[in-house]
Amino acid sequence: MRVGLFVTCLVDGMFPDVGEATVRVLERLGHEVDLPLAQTCCGQMHINTGYAREALPLVRRHVEAFEGYEAVVAPSASCVGSVRHQYATLATAAGDEELAAAAIALASRTFELSEFLVGVLGVTEVGACYPHRVTYHPTCHSLRLLRVGDAPTRLLRAVAGLELVELPAAEVCCGFGGTFALKNADTSTAMLADKMSRVLSTGAEVVTAGDSSCLMHIGGGLSRLRAGARPVHLAEILASTVTSPTAVPPAAASTPVTATARTVR
Amino acid sequence: MTQAGPTPPATFLGLPTAAPRGVGMLRGDEPFPAAARRALGDVQLRRNLGKATTTIRGRRASVVAELDDWERLRAAGAAIKDDVLAHLDDYLIRLEQQVTARGGVVHWARDAHEANQIVVDLVRATGADEVVKVKSMVTQEIGLNEALADAGVAAWETDLAELIVQLGHDRPSHIVVPAIHRNRAEIRDIFVREMGTAGGVPAPAGLTDEPRALAEAARRHLRQRFLSARVAISGANFAVAETGTLAVVESEGNGRMCLTLPDTLITVMGLEKIVPTWRDLEVFLQLLPRSATGERMNPYTSMWTGVTPGDGPQAFHLVLLDNGRTATLADPAGRAALRCIRCAACLNVCPVYERTGGHAYGSVYPGPIGAVLSPQLTGVTDNPSLPYASTLCGACLDACPVAIDIPSMLVHLRAKVVDADRGASHRPTAEQAVMTTAAWTMAKPRRWARALRAARLGRLLGHRRGTISRLPPPLAAWTASRDLPLPPSESFRDRWSRRQASAGGPDGSGGHDPQDGPDGPDGPDELDGPDGRTPR
Repeated sequence: MRVGLFVTCLVDGMFPDVGEATVRVLERLGHEVDLPLAQTCCGQMHINTGYAREALPLVRRHVEAFEGYEAVVAPSASCVGSVRHQYATLATAAGDEELAAAAIALASRTFELSEFLVGVLGVTEVGACYPHRVTYHPTCHSLRLLRVGDAPTRLLRAVAGLELVELPAAEVCCGFGGTFALKNADTSTAMLADKMSRVLSTGAEVVTAGDSSCLMHIGGGLSRLRAGARPVHLAEILASTVTSPTAVPPAAASTPVTATARTVR
Repeated sequence: MTQAGPTPPATFLGLPTAAPRGVGMLRGDEPFPAAARRALGDVQLRRNLGKATTTIRGRRASVVAELDDWERLRAAGAAIKDDVLAHLDDYLIRLEQQVTARGGVVHWARDAHEANQIVVDLVRATGADEVVKVKSMVTQEIGLNEALADAGVAAWETDLAELIVQLGHDRPSHIVVPAIHRNRAEIRDIFVREMGTAGGVPAPAGLTDEPRALAEAARRHLRQRFLSARVAISGANFAVAETGTLAVVESEGNGRMCLTLPDTLITVMGLEKIVPTWRDLEVFLQLLPRSATGERMNPYTSMWTGVTPGDGPQAFHLVLLDNGRTATLADPAGRAALRCIRCAACLNVCPVYERTGGHAYGSVYPGPIGAVLSPQLTGVTDNPSLPYASTLCGACLDACPVAIDIPSMLVHLRAKVVDADRGASHRPTAEQAVMTTAAWTMAKPRRWARALRAARLGRLLGHRRGTISRLPPPLAAWTASRDLPLPPSESFRDRWSRRQASAGGPDGSGGHDPQDGPDGPDGPDELDGPDGRTPR
């Protein structure tokens, strides 16, 4: 199958390893992956912050960029959710029925990585090896918007060497919420604190999820606490093999903590 | 606009208006983030809320799981309410006819001011200087107790939790459990301090904070109110258009005391509370208690139809309230909020509500449904921070017994807030500047690719720990509690293009970046041609 990689702006700009891991998994399963360079951002941040007017050209660009691909796959439930559940409404509200129709067609062949692997390809064993203790956080948009169900955990259970530990109160939001993390930073942090305490209670080295955005939030909090657990995207775990393993990111306290650390020297 | 008789359907009532300012409780004194910050610091509140919402969540989940047709019940509830909203004019007239035919009097109130005036006049006409009240959201929405107090009429709340709120000179923080923010020690202190004021039966000496003892104290205190009051005021959970029947569901029986003992009963209801037929109650009397308190059936369901000679109140008045509801109905993307049956299931599952409590929302309707409903009733310019008081996690939609898509509605209202801001000032806000710049950058792949390369400079910010711990505003709000990873030395698209090229990729030139075009970074925008698409 010729797959168009919907890499998402966040992975493109901040987490290129996640994009690369997605490509590796899909290619290992025998699919041809292409990155349409006309894509930039799906517009979700603008839509969800109330900037529908600014989002419309981004929606149009995204729909055009992925014309002609049999399947479009993204390492993000949130961005796929925007294409699937917001695009047509936005286009219709703007009076562009042609775009709405094209968006509905694109939505029907756009998939989050785990739902593509399990739901479309029917694969749970992807030949991965990741010998670490891992807990899985189901992001809100994978759980409640896309309803990917147990697709991610079925994939993780099939990974050689991986010990999957259940995350308590896993279904509760981590507090990211896009611009919510800035506009309501205190409430966001209160939610993050509870999510982190649950992650740490599992004793896992790695917390994984299908969205880099939520992982950036959870991981950012864990890093600030110098906690031992680290975020790793689901795609990076699935891409990891015996011969080409994905390393667990280093624990943060390996470098100086305070500003005085430098001056004392 | 008080009318005693049926209204002709063609009567033009004027353009729908928002709930007026200066009356009632739909607006807070400060934006949600500021109010939330203070609430987050209240250790007692956090603990009470966490405990209470967890308990109700668990109960709700178990009684919902018992029913194999829950999803069909939800769909039926949504469909019945949508039908009501689509034909609200017909149903309201039918309700008025039925209530009138059975000896009741129907009054129409455009807004809080009109409704309060109607009720004050009705109470004055009886000569009473006190009323007992059934727990009611809508009378709090319009500030009825305050209006009655201004007219020299004392209004006694009789729902146990509302009594706690009233005696504590407090505000409700939850739709179903208004004193959810109080623990039993606080309740005991309030009872001891306040019950004996205003001619009430005081708390017994040596009152403990045992739930049984507190309930007994409330019982003795309220009994005197029930026996002396000649007028009762209630809201309504449902009004059956077919029969003119009003319904109130409750747990304590105190509501039923109010609905049966006094001579005069005045019911105030939002005009969306209608169900078409008696049979439709079957759906809602399953949906509501299971969603609200996690009970299969609530202990008391009271229904009354007009006036029954020799039994119960001999005068019945029904006040139908708009107060922004018609304006809400006029918005196709927002009107489903009027399906709400006030079960508060969305509050109990909301991770934001669980941490901030209800007061932070500033409105009598807190939580996810309040974040939608309050700005709709007042107009978004009066509650601009509420649509943003959510992570859009979707837990509210899953819990809602009438399937209100609250997350989509919040996004819709955010767009209204932004558009109202655009119209309000010629100078863009910082957020507008960031958003329009981002959209401009993302409009063309070449600009985007360059912006990502420029972002590499951010690597300089994290040279010590390998992460970014401090950023200037507005990103300081992120780094106040979270580190940010260093931007990568190369974006994914640059990495991809480099590898494609070195593998003899599409352009076959080997080693140069197809995004830059033949002339390098400052060359022509070949990718930004007329169709804006990447050559494949």
